[in-house]
Amino acid sequence: MKPPLFDYVTPESVEEAVAARAAEEDSVLLAGGQSLLATLNFRIANPALLIDISRIAALKGIDVGAGEIIIRAMVRQREVELSDAVHGANPLLREVLQKVAHTVVRNRGTIAGSIAHADAAAELPAMLLATEGVVDVQGPGGTRVIEASDLFKFHLTTSLAGDEMITAVRIPNLAPNTGWSFKEFARRRGDYALAGICALVTLDDNGRCTKARLSACGIASTAVRLESAEAELAGSTLDENTIARAAKAARDCVTAADDSQASTAYRRHLVDTLTQRTVAVARDRALERRAA
Amino acid sequence: MTRSIRKVLAKESSDPRREISLSVNGEAVTRSVSTRLLLADFLRHELGLTGTHVGCEHGVCGCCTVSIDGATARSCLTLAVQADGAEIRTIEGVAPAPDILHPVQQAFHECHALQCGFCTPGFIMSVVSYFEENENPDLGEDAIRDALSGNLCRCTGYQNIVKAVRRAHELMSGEA
Repeated sequence: MKPPLFDYVTPESVEEAVAARAAEEDSVLLAGGQSLLATLNFRIANPALLIDISRIAALKGIDVGAGEIIIRAMVRQREVELSDAVHGANPLLREVLQKVAHTVVRNRGTIAGSIAHADAAAELPAMLLATEGVVDVQGPGGTRVIEASDLFKFHLTTSLAGDEMITAVRIPNLAPNTGWSFKEFARRRGDYALAGICALVTLDDNGRCTKARLSACGIASTAVRLESAEAELAGSTLDENTIARAAKAARDCVTAADDSQASTAYRRHLVDTLTQRTVAVARDRALERRAA
Repeated sequence: MTRSIRKVLAKESSDPRREISLSVNGEAVTRSVSTRLLLADFLRHELGLTGTHVGCEHGVCGCCTVSIDGATARSCLTLAVQADGAEIRTIEGVAPAPDILHPVQQAFHECHALQCGFCTPGFIMSVVSYFEENENPDLGEDAIRDALSGNLCRCTGYQNIVKAVRRAHELMSGEA
């Protein structure tokens, strides 16, 4: 279908955008629009006002620092995917982004937009959880930082207030001796995954896992950390038996009900397999990095 | 994001409008458009550029693919007002002259990479962009399938489209 009627403004500063948001309760921020335009075309969303933040110069650009990558709100996914500086600081991002829809969608879609949209099946919220990233948020009362673990409340729902907006996403650089992996299973290339797993593991000099971070998309009402599986891995040498135990713990994190795409049992099976594969790849990459 | 659908439209009056200026296939265009007009419909209905096709209207089929400032985009997931100030290229802007096909178009023709043709403009835009973005494009099966993954074809089964991508590379690198 075609989008419903709405007013449209193009603020030139974050302050103007936040003021517009505060003045019209029934407003939506438009960044890349790759999720929003589809919901408008379907008339699932019917806002009175669209606030297009793409003209705000302060929301452009990526900074790769010694400790973290700062991705401002209007940075397109494709720009992050192709950035060698980002890849050098945290190679997990490119691996995740290559699974986000198609090139043509990533050309327009933004990192912050996908995170703010908070689709339970989307890859980027899971990436933010595994990396323990944060979002910078601005509202009429000033700025604050929300940690990934406090951000996702339900499918399409975050802890942002109605008059707040994400101005940047900050993702820690990959820690030393750490390996990474992201894998998902989708019926068609570029579709939302039935399940996806993000794994980060850090090894000490003896090859013991000092820290494991696992997250999943597509298996619950939000992207979720798989803490019970992480606990199985911590302190081990990530041998096959331990990984299998962690995968069993991970499969119990599936809470999504049967739907038209997959049954709960099938998603549990996918999570088991994907956890085993991602942890094994992350472990091997951590060993390679330690040797290098 | 999720909001209840209003029973009565808040605005009884006519659509809010906005003036936009952009470049389409190298030509400067200025128009007053409804804020809710999709870029695909702007190109087709306002400018008569009906080569850009509208299939699913939610970003899945790829028929409406155009180039915005040098990068491919879904014109059904873009509002015309978002394209204010942008440089747009459509399928009409791909061929170098009215009677000369672009090598990608020529390759689709030679390899029988289209049947009904509805999806073809979108495929051409994606493949042209793939070659423009990659000086040494990966012509492996997996890379080509990935580059084509944003476009759906219901007729061909894709085999000949994959062939056409390789053929287009031959034509462009002078191995005709």
